[in-house]
Amino acid sequence: MESQAFQKIYTKLTNITKATVSLKAADVGYDEMALVHGRKAQVVKLMGDQVTLQVFAGTEGIPTNAEVTFMGRPPQLKVSEDLGGRFFNAYGDPIDGGPDVEGEIRDTGSPSVNPVRRKQPSQFIATGIAGIDLNNSLVSGQKIPFFADPDQPYNQVMASVALRAKADKIILGGMGLTNDDYLYFKNVFENAGALDRIVCFVNTTEDPPVERLLVPDMALTAAEYFAVDHNQNVLVLLTDMTLFADALSIVSNRMDQIPSKDSMPGSLYSDLARIYEKAVQFPSGGSITIVAVTTLSGGDITHAIPDNTGYITEGQLFLRRDTEIGKVIVDPFRSLSRLKQLVIGTQTRSDHPQVMNAAVRLYADAASARTKLENGFDLTDYDERTLDFAKEYSEQLLAIDVNLDTDTMLDIAWDLFAKYFTKAEVRIKQEFVDKHWKK
Amino acid sequence: MEKNNKTTGKVVGIVSNLVIVEVDGPVSQNEIGFIVHGKERLMAEVIKVVGVNVYIQVFESTRGVRIGSKVEFEKHMLEVTLGPGILSRNYDGLQNDLDKMEGVFLTRGEYTDPLNREVKWDFKPIAAKGDRVTAGSWLGEVMENSIPHKIMVPFKMEGRYTVKKIVEKGEYTVDDTVAVVEDEEGNETSLTMVQKWPVKVPIKAFKHKPRPFRLLETGVRCIDTLNPITEGGTGFIPGAFGTGKTVLQHAISKQAEADVVIIAACGERANEVVEIFTEFPELEDPRTGRKLIERTTIIANTSNMPVAAREASVYTAMTLGEYYRSMGLKVLLMADSTSRWAQALREMSNRLEELPGPDAYPMDLSAVISNFYSRAGFVYLNEKDATGSISFIGTVSPAGGNLKEPVTESTRKAARCFYGLSQDRADSKRYPAIDPIDSYSKYLEYPEVQKNLAENQGDEWLGNVLKARDILLRGKEAMEQINILGDDGVPIAFHDRFWKSELIDFVILQQDAFDKIDATTSLERQKYMLLSVLDVADSEFEFKEFEGVSTFFKEIINLYKQMNYSEFESDEFKKYESEIQELMKTKMK
Repeated sequence: MESQAFQKIYTKLTNITKATVSLKAADVGYDEMALVHGRKAQVVKLMGDQVTLQVFAGTEGIPTNAEVTFMGRPPQLKVSEDLGGRFFNAYGDPIDGGPDVEGEIRDTGSPSVNPVRRKQPSQFIATGIAGIDLNNSLVSGQKIPFFADPDQPYNQVMASVALRAKADKIILGGMGLTNDDYLYFKNVFENAGALDRIVCFVNTTEDPPVERLLVPDMALTAAEYFAVDHNQNVLVLLTDMTLFADALSIVSNRMDQIPSKDSMPGSLYSDLARIYEKAVQFPSGGSITIVAVTTLSGGDITHAIPDNTGYITEGQLFLRRDTEIGKVIVDPFRSLSRLKQLVIGTQTRSDHPQVMNAAVRLYADAASARTKLENGFDLTDYDERTLDFAKEYSEQLLAIDVNLDTDTMLDIAWDLFAKYFTKAEVRIKQEFVDKHWKK
Repeated sequence: MEKNNKTTGKVVGIVSNLVIVEVDGPVSQNEIGFIVHGKERLMAEVIKVVGVNVYIQVFESTRGVRIGSKVEFEKHMLEVTLGPGILSRNYDGLQNDLDKMEGVFLTRGEYTDPLNREVKWDFKPIAAKGDRVTAGSWLGEVMENSIPHKIMVPFKMEGRYTVKKIVEKGEYTVDDTVAVVEDEEGNETSLTMVQKWPVKVPIKAFKHKPRPFRLLETGVRCIDTLNPITEGGTGFIPGAFGTGKTVLQHAISKQAEADVVIIAACGERANEVVEIFTEFPELEDPRTGRKLIERTTIIANTSNMPVAAREASVYTAMTLGEYYRSMGLKVLLMADSTSRWAQALREMSNRLEELPGPDAYPMDLSAVISNFYSRAGFVYLNEKDATGSISFIGTVSPAGGNLKEPVTESTRKAARCFYGLSQDRADSKRYPAIDPIDSYSKYLEYPEVQKNLAENQGDEWLGNVLKARDILLRGKEAMEQINILGDDGVPIAFHDRFWKSELIDFVILQQDAFDKIDATTSLERQKYMLLSVLDVADSEFEFKEFEGVSTFFKEIINLYKQMNYSEFESDEFKKYESEIQELMKTKMK
């Protein structure tokens, strides 16, 4: 399928490492794709007539006389409306038993959007989850990851967000997804009757890890096609970006690069930014929103992967198990949506920003009260009230199983304020208190 | 370098954006070259030479480039084009005008003219025939967005010249000859409004650079009141992600008392630049009433744009700043974030296979950063009585929020003001999250700054500021004691002390950057509020039990917050003020 007539075939490899092969070849372009012993590979280094190729599936069993052909092109994807409802591997080949997609050929890893042509993200995305909508509102064109421990239900939350978000297309880029999770996504989308809106590029744990490096580019090339050519609002789900970064470190290690923090390549920031910055609001109305997952090891956000991610993305969402109510909540302290300021109080009710801040502050007071309690100190009346408030706030608003519209979320918050506090303790601008304070 | 024909070479090696070229003639370090790739010409800079092999870093993606591709060298370093029409522009890191580029996506190898060559400027001569001039001397002036833009003798011209001819007042394009000067040997040079300057070389066309002494008003209370920066001063803002670096930078760039603001968005989020593009044409400069965009130039090299150009972008921004400083203007330069620039250096150092320093950064990182910060400053120009300044504030994004990492450490040695953003403050939504205890301004120790403060803010000002700091520090100590011993395990005085520091925290330090009124506070209002709050802090109150302390102060704080949201000296403002007075009387000893 990939080889063409009169193509020069090389048969003499000079070097083989775990991930790369080298050979003498002429007229090869940087980043070009090649086939080595039937496996896909990409040019990563040119030095004189010596060409180094990264073999995505690994080099196990490749002989020194393996056939090498160059394809004369970078990684590409055929794009058309037919992508909808289909499942592909990291190379963009169908894995659902369906036919090849016919369409226009696009290079993946396309250039950046000119910053002056971007539009400011401005469309509030309602997810029904108050921990997100109320405290960390999402905006179309935003990029935001879940920072989660591997045992947390991030894929479930992500699937609910995707289905409720009213996107025209949902593109799933799965990297190192377990087969179970892959089937989970497939089922959820099928049951919701949303399959025609979905495109999936999946590298499961059964596939070679280095192949993962191609997944985000594939997913985003498809996303750009729908957002630019069809002015659609596209939601891209990338899970798990930590495994993507691990694949980067494997490659850089095998290429003898000097590692920086946490054995990650020095270019990690740029590599991640290139992907996340594809989130954009186009002037013609289309948009790409990226919701990703970065799994943490032991909740450590100072590790190079979450750390660099945090500097790139527009906030992050933390899930946490609240033992008081026995449910998973969206942590109001560590979560942040940087773009919420663009929509809260304008596209949502005007009291939204102040209510949000007051509730989080009171919740913080509850946290210090709990510390006091744990240290064996007496609680004041105010402390007691904050604890009661925190429990209800967590149960009624922060838990990930709620599904409410934003006005209801705000009303619930006002109810709780009036139930437990005085106006001076809540400290909200007078005009809102006059309007919403429940007697 | 004096040879006329340009050096060329051919590509012999490619690793990502590092390309090795075999050359046929002389090249110099940092010289610019272009790789010819089909119809595209990809710009690159020489960073290392080994025999006939020249290592160049390419400012673009090298996808598809082949061994044997031709490279042409330009015989000059990376230069910016200086002339009227730079303000309100959006440039990339290499000073390409982004608005002139076609299409939604950036096209590789597309370079656009930073200036508009057709527009006519109303030129007014300053120099006269027979005047003796040197590099940087003012020949004339045009009005650029109502800012007097001086047309100067090009900085590259060495020695002394005599003005032979200067055109009359009238309309000229930037390429029209506006003056002719003659050197001491009698060679004449025609001058236009345009000149070029290599970005990595500081412009030194000034008389001398004294220590800065005048306060630069930013409207941000916890900077101006507690840790002020000066005109021509340097400062840096380190903070982990989510601590509000960018919001703070934007607030400063909107409100600061500067003639020209240059913002280098260096390896950061594109949407943050879009925010500036969207807001600045709408927002007004509180001092002049003109739109903010008129005084602003944006250098956008966002994180997804080529890495090598990221390094260039901060130098481009600094050089534009130096150009405007030479006109006798107050320039504010902001770079967000200098860590991304350092990372660009690291990526390249890594590809060059240099021996790494700490965290794989290049060994000379500290020197590179100090050198850059030293280009800011307040200067006396060669023109009579004229002064100009570049105040520089950079943000630093410390890896893992650890302030001991190499970029933060190196910057600490170079910058005079430290605005450390605290994770704890950000977590409890106390914005701006500048840590009041750890942050410092070395300028407060300068006698010339102290004198200036006394003249403008009153003799007691500095004493009051130090007193506020002490109250904050004592409050923190009291809080620690309360946490250890419990609410009733400490005397009530501890609670009083703690809540007095909370009062300063909530009223002076915390500021709502998204509220129209609270976002910016004039120095006059800052002085008023500080005195008012210190008056409460100085009062002695009577409390029966510790619970009464927090209830009382929470009410006071609430009233002060409403005051902060009200127009200065309005009826509303005064109403809350008298309510505070009433409330205080109820607990006075």
